[in-house]
Amino acid sequence: MKNWMKKENLLWLGLIVLSYAVLNILISAGIINNVYKTVLMTIGINIILAISLNLIIGITGQFSLGHAGFMIIGAYSCGVMLKSFVSGVPGVFLGIIAGMVISAFVALVVAIPTLRLRGDYLAIATLGFGEIIRIVILNMKITNGAAGLILPKAVSWHMIFWAVVICTIVVVNFGRSAHGRACISVREDEIAAEAMGINTTQYKILAFVLGAMIASVAGALYAGAFYVIKPDMFTYSKSIDILVLVVFGGMGSITGSFISSTLVSLLNTVLQQFSSVRMIVYGLALVVIMVFRPSGLLGRKELTFSGLLKVLKKGKGAAQ
Amino acid sequence: MKTMKKAFMSALAIMMAASLAACGDSSSDTPSGSDNSGSNTVKIGLHFELTGEVADYGNAELKGAKLAIKQANEAGGNYEEVIYDNKSDTTEAVTLAAQLANDGVAGVVGPATSGSSAATYQIKNDAKVTVISPSATQIGVTLDPSGNVYNYVFRICFEDSYQGAAMAQYAVDTLAKGKVIIYADNSSDYAKGLTEAFTEQFKKLGGTIVATDYYSKGDTDFNSVLTKFKDMDYDVLYIPGYYNEAGLIIKQAREMGIDCEIIGSDGFDSESLIDLAGASNLNKVYYTTAYTTVGASDALQAFIDAYKAEYNEEPSMFSALAYDSTNLLIQAIEKAGSTDSDAVRSAVENIEFDGVTGSFSFDETHTPIKSVLVVTLVDGVQGDAVAVSPDVD
Amino acid sequence: MTQFLQQMINGLSLGSIYALVALGYTMVYGIIKLINFAHGDIYMLGAYIGFIVTTKLGLGFFPALVISMAGCALIGVTIERIAYKPLRNATRITALITAIGVSYFLEAGTQRVMGAGVQTFPNVLANETIMFGDVRISTQQIVIFSVTIVLMVALTFLVNKTKVGRAMRAVSVDPDAARLMGVNVDATISFTFAIGSALAGAAGVLVGLYYNSINPLMGMLPGIKAFIAAVFGGIGIIPGAMLGGFFIGVVETLVAGYWSSLWKDAVVYLILIVILIVKPAGLLGKNVKEKV
Repeated sequence: MKNWMKKENLLWLGLIVLSYAVLNILISAGIINNVYKTVLMTIGINIILAISLNLIIGITGQFSLGHAGFMIIGAYSCGVMLKSFVSGVPGVFLGIIAGMVISAFVALVVAIPTLRLRGDYLAIATLGFGEIIRIVILNMKITNGAAGLILPKAVSWHMIFWAVVICTIVVVNFGRSAHGRACISVREDEIAAEAMGINTTQYKILAFVLGAMIASVAGALYAGAFYVIKPDMFTYSKSIDILVLVVFGGMGSITGSFISSTLVSLLNTVLQQFSSVRMIVYGLALVVIMVFRPSGLLGRKELTFSGLLKVLKKGKGAAQ
Repeated sequence: MKTMKKAFMSALAIMMAASLAACGDSSSDTPSGSDNSGSNTVKIGLHFELTGEVADYGNAELKGAKLAIKQANEAGGNYEEVIYDNKSDTTEAVTLAAQLANDGVAGVVGPATSGSSAATYQIKNDAKVTVISPSATQIGVTLDPSGNVYNYVFRICFEDSYQGAAMAQYAVDTLAKGKVIIYADNSSDYAKGLTEAFTEQFKKLGGTIVATDYYSKGDTDFNSVLTKFKDMDYDVLYIPGYYNEAGLIIKQAREMGIDCEIIGSDGFDSESLIDLAGASNLNKVYYTTAYTTVGASDALQAFIDAYKAEYNEEPSMFSALAYDSTNLLIQAIEKAGSTDSDAVRSAVENIEFDGVTGSFSFDETHTPIKSVLVVTLVDGVQGDAVAVSPDVD
Repeated sequence: MTQFLQQMINGLSLGSIYALVALGYTMVYGIIKLINFAHGDIYMLGAYIGFIVTTKLGLGFFPALVISMAGCALIGVTIERIAYKPLRNATRITALITAIGVSYFLEAGTQRVMGAGVQTFPNVLANETIMFGDVRISTQQIVIFSVTIVLMVALTFLVNKTKVGRAMRAVSVDPDAARLMGVNVDATISFTFAIGSALAGAAGVLVGLYYNSINPLMGMLPGIKAFIAAVFGGIGIIPGAMLGGFFIGVVETLVAGYWSSLWKDAVVYLILIVILIVKPAGLLGKNVKEKV
């Protein structure tokens, strides 16, 4: 417990506060205009999605292609809450809670049968479940079907910022806890883990449910921040987009997910002027990156302050 | 080796950040620059779905809008188009709405679909940018979530409810039909609104809805559902949706021997419908629209000729609506005599517009008051067009 | 009863297309364990090649079919050489992301070159309706079904009776052992891609002919459905892919025909999940115990 006050943690805390302060200053000074504020919110939501899937794929090694299904649950929980019951910020909070409860339940239903499957079979089964969730929502009355919900804006970038912070702390701490290490052992070698007395199914389900709940938070924030939600925004293509973020950043690397979410969103904005070739370039970029850097930007490594210090020291040493 | 790689990666990151910063600078510079020096150039934002799933409609509208700007420039105007592509993605549309507000445009035309449009209205309204939507037909889309009309948002298409009710009226009064099967697009708000309005009006007029089934955008196989319909007792088939699927449905239905009247909505309006369904299958087909080439006015004929000359293809309703939207905006700017957002807005609100998709002014929800036409197809050619107004309470 | 028979015919025509696309999926997966997400787009390219050949060159259906198959085979091999070969030893997810990148590239590229809109595939084969009692079959349906069957028989012969087929089977069981036995593994993998892509190209032309509507994103959903068909029948197993394709086509048709098309995809996914849970290796697959 005392280790909580370690230098590394303090530095991270400092970084969080500093970046919050810097963003606030930049926004009030008008350097980050409304456009970049929207981009910032997109990045935040993408980060939450990426780390939640990273928990399932990167840390626990379970290949899920149904993540959009949990995002849509969060989005609609929040959307229906805002539209029909409670509006404004309290509505968002209630929506987030409702979304987490529902998606935890659904994730449990999905996980118990499917997590016995492995690799690609698991991927295709989760893809199927994700689509089933979407089709059910598409055919429900309260969700307004294909037309979707038009919502008032109820989520500010502050909320997204702090949501990113909280979700990251949850995922990082989970990864470092005894449960998290058990999950890592499942990733590394399921049979060996089982032989060591780890209840692999239980840990897989735990990670899956936790990841689903966090994804639903991202969905709820999205609903509050982006005015419109429609079922066709959450098809399996969305799951694939999230998967790309995770693999691009490096599976198992949380900082990698941060970097990839940021880079992809920024790249998309920069390429806006070349709209007709944007997707062509994006497709090519994915191939090139995977061919030359198959483990993603960071692999399984994390960017840490101690790592940074080491690099700096080395650099100094080399300079001298 | 490792450090080199690391150094390379960080250099890359820095370069990217730098180029981004540069981009940020240039984009924030342009609006102020154009405000001061090029005060005679008026920027018009064209925000469409140019890639992605509904790129089809977005590109058709872009062509119409560009033609309008080109013609305005040839007539001595000085307009510059600023084109934005939202990838058929509403998140992207939200970012672009903010971007447009920043770029100092005098007004925006687009996007094409109601979903993307609805996502942008709040931002554009807050930024006092006038928006003309060519085809955001969803019921109540021009109203904010608390039910007040967005001051700066206008659309020039019918609301779905109006069109659906008009078709129900026509089916009962003119075609004398009482038993309908509805085969609706399940992936668009457009078809959903039409289906609801049609169902309500048709029932009110004493008709029966025999069955309602759905297809999704991009479907190509409708045989199973049509086979099911074939054995039912009905006398007319209503297909609210777009030509891409409707064309195939008509073809497959006719080939299967379903020869009853088929009625539809303005989403039918495209040359593609004829290509997909085959001209010989397009008999006893009726659809509601605001745009028809039957008895084309001189203005409409001129538009069609200019469009063909420019793009070497027939314009669709989408291009015509975007053409009108852009012209309406240009007229309003000229009438206002400035690009001041409030002047433009009130010029739009009070306009009496005479376009290729009809003459109209705006009602209190910023939706046009224009008559619905029902077009009859004979061997794929528009044979007749009659005005219909539904008896909605 | 008439309606049921009619629906079965509808289902089998749809299923033939899924089966042809599923064969490519299953062959590629069988040999390099890659979910080739770009496979649906090869099918789309096949339709476009057929479209260009028939409209611009004015050729008939069978030349279009052959040219399109050859073209797709070439494209498939090129993609394999450039994008997948360097990743032979990478993790499966990495290869999957590459496939997704290729898929985006092909879709966006086609949108750019051919336009985003729907193109009308010309009616290159006269379509007549033949009545068996009250059940109607169109000549197009017969063509689709027979072309599918012929291609499947040819493929089965190729895989089971020829030398290159034996090499393919050897590589899929154990690439290293196959290499030691003198099999040219790279060439065999390329060959597999060529065959799989050619089948997808054939499916593309058949779809163009049958529905006469093609667009750059037409491969997305059939691609996923075909993959499900492959998994359903037992991925890596050629008869399994055929069975899966026909089965999915028929199920979809029956659900739409007797219930509601709103739920047809959901039912397909549900059946898939049940099969996976009950028999994870697919209907025709053998469960392999993992060795410790």
